[in-house]
Amino acid sequence: MINRNFRTDPATGLVFHETAEKLIRANAVAAVVSLLVGGILAFFVIMTRWPAVHLLPADWFYLVLTAHGVDMLVLWIIFFEIAVLYFAGCVLLKCRLAAPKWAWTGFWLMVIGGIMNNVAVFRGDSSVMFTSYVPMGAHPAFYLGLILFAVGALIGCFVFLGSLVVAKSEKTYNGSLPLVTFGAVVACIIAVFTIASGAIILIPTFLWSVGLIPTIDSLMYKTVWWAFGHSSQQINVSAHVAIWYAIAAIVFGAKPMSEKVSRGAFLLYIFFLQLASAHHLLSDPGLTSNWKIFNTSYAMYLAVLASMVHGLTVPGAIEVAQRQKGYNRGLFEWLRKAPWGNPVFSGMFISLVGFGFLGGISGVMMGTEQLNLIIHNTIYVPGHFHATVVVGTTLAFMAMTYFLIPTLFRREIMFPKLAKWQPYLFGLGMSGFALFMMGAGTLGVPRRHWDMTFAGNPLGYEFAGTAYLMMGLTAICGLIAIIGGGAYLLITVGSVFFGKKIDVPEYRTLTLREGAAPRPVRQPVAVAIGAHHGNIGIAGFVAPGTFTLAMVFLVAFVLYYFVNWKYLSTVWPLS
Amino acid sequence: MSAIEPPVERIWWKQPLDRVEGTWIVIAFVWCIVMFVMMPYWHIYGKQNLSNEAYRTTAEAYLKKATESAEKTTVRTETDLKIPVVHPAPGGDAYLVARLWQWWPMLELEEGKTYRIHLASMDFLHGFSLQPENINIQVHPGYEHIVTVTPTRAGTYSIICNEYCGINHHTMASKLYVVK
Repeated sequence: MINRNFRTDPATGLVFHETAEKLIRANAVAAVVSLLVGGILAFFVIMTRWPAVHLLPADWFYLVLTAHGVDMLVLWIIFFEIAVLYFAGCVLLKCRLAAPKWAWTGFWLMVIGGIMNNVAVFRGDSSVMFTSYVPMGAHPAFYLGLILFAVGALIGCFVFLGSLVVAKSEKTYNGSLPLVTFGAVVACIIAVFTIASGAIILIPTFLWSVGLIPTIDSLMYKTVWWAFGHSSQQINVSAHVAIWYAIAAIVFGAKPMSEKVSRGAFLLYIFFLQLASAHHLLSDPGLTSNWKIFNTSYAMYLAVLASMVHGLTVPGAIEVAQRQKGYNRGLFEWLRKAPWGNPVFSGMFISLVGFGFLGGISGVMMGTEQLNLIIHNTIYVPGHFHATVVVGTTLAFMAMTYFLIPTLFRREIMFPKLAKWQPYLFGLGMSGFALFMMGAGTLGVPRRHWDMTFAGNPLGYEFAGTAYLMMGLTAICGLIAIIGGGAYLLITVGSVFFGKKIDVPEYRTLTLREGAAPRPVRQPVAVAIGAHHGNIGIAGFVAPGTFTLAMVFLVAFVLYYFVNWKYLSTVWPLS
Repeated sequence: MSAIEPPVERIWWKQPLDRVEGTWIVIAFVWCIVMFVMMPYWHIYGKQNLSNEAYRTTAEAYLKKATESAEKTTVRTETDLKIPVVHPAPGGDAYLVARLWQWWPMLELEEGKTYRIHLASMDFLHGFSLQPENINIQVHPGYEHIVTVTPTRAGTYSIICNEYCGINHHTMASKLYVVK
């Protein structure tokens, strides 16, 4: 018996399949619970790395840091991403979810795997960090938990792909996939690659941990592990770029400037983004420079190009939509008149700017073969990825939540005033946090390190006073971000459980015929293809404001890039 | 209509590019090529390139070589642990052993001279991090990495470990001397 119960949301016109909706909710709730746990752990990490506080003892610090990495980078992000996949598949295509039993199996595998891994870490014998580099070994449950979680996520990916097949065969949409769904498909394809890489390395490591395999080569492990570890960040990029497009569409009714460019950029992600995994191995022995240069340049930076394109087309689409509404004066009226008090928009926009300026530029810089020498394993690295994964991905997901609570959970947002400020608190706090960590990293402060003072160690190194200042500022900004994250949890949990209910018609059974999309009205080709942006913009540029911002970005990028080459040229000659 | 709905134009791939997008793609692509070229360029004209020279080894074999080398070149010992300070011949080889939780031995190099520094780990992964120069190199067990360096300024430097290697990771630090 196939469940064909659908409900329509009158406010947005979105159509929810009953089973899909339940699964999206379950995954979103699991994500938020993981964020809560990871956020509490983040507090202890920050308070320990703040030299003036130095809260936890060493063993607890390394334990908490391991759990923080797993709970944030794996559990929070991937649970939310599965929810995004089901949303972009079933809700946007107005179709039913394929294989609901498999979807629930996947969900529960992820839950069990996540808990198993956390239990292993909190038992205290698996403080091996998120990367779990061999030959340092964790309890077998650490690896088994991750494997179960990955299998569950893989099932989720295939349920999503199956739902696309359902939508196509039941004709719930006409023509091509919506751009956001296309982005989700890209995220899904990268996820399948990522999880396969994870299986290739974690299954042997699990067998090694129970004594069935004698040794695992550390360089082989690191190479394959990052095909899992970094590629999972590429799922995030594809997913949050898809969310940027979705929010631009939801808040402004923005349409992509051109489908061809945006889809082409997503396609570049599939072809080239995974190569970036190699930039974790730039300072390692045993790999040639040719291999490093080809891979870490994503074969000539074609994936960076893709992100730079999205960075222009998302705000560009917003600018065009705003100009068409009449905010057509000057360069930036469209931006000034944007709904800065709406957390869906402000969160998305801070995510976009932070991801590009902080995360993107720093990532490309340190992913350069030679420049990596002056950055590798310093606290610059977590600085960089907190700008990409937290300001970029997490904040985009948070912004999306403010849209999902009324539509998906059918509750009004509680504490709307706080919600208005939340993206600023979290986004700006986290941006400062990332920036100051990068500052400390350029002064050599190591990452994953309990005591930068080397107290009582006659051979210890005395860092410059500036490094301590940077770490103090990092901690203060981190606390601001934690308050922002706490506000997010308060608002979402409060709204979902205690928010005022929004009454919308319940589900009703749709027949196949009713669920099918209407035949599109045929338009003359010239109208469809021609100059549909109307008379907006300046000097033939429909989005001159966005273009100006893009040029500012480029100048910052070029300057920062060459400043680092200059800095590299002053260190000891190496060959 | 919008990004959350199927494209209105069924043949969307024929829609011409906006000028904004076309211009930006060209500019961004040129910049990507510049960044790509910088890496080979630096291999030819730059002075800071990480060596590609590495060999497979074992902890026992490497430790034996390092110990023999240290016996010949030790000039003094330091700290309660009597860690030898070695002064290798300019242009010669120096061995550095990374192990829980120590760099062994300590190196004393001459300013402006070139050395082949061998790096290998006896156990877990370690991170060679030379401060305040801020040169960072990953050290693997089973791989002997040979890095050619030329210290340019005399002084006392520190080598800290910046790859997490267990509970006393933060105690793993050593000195490196550069003399005139």
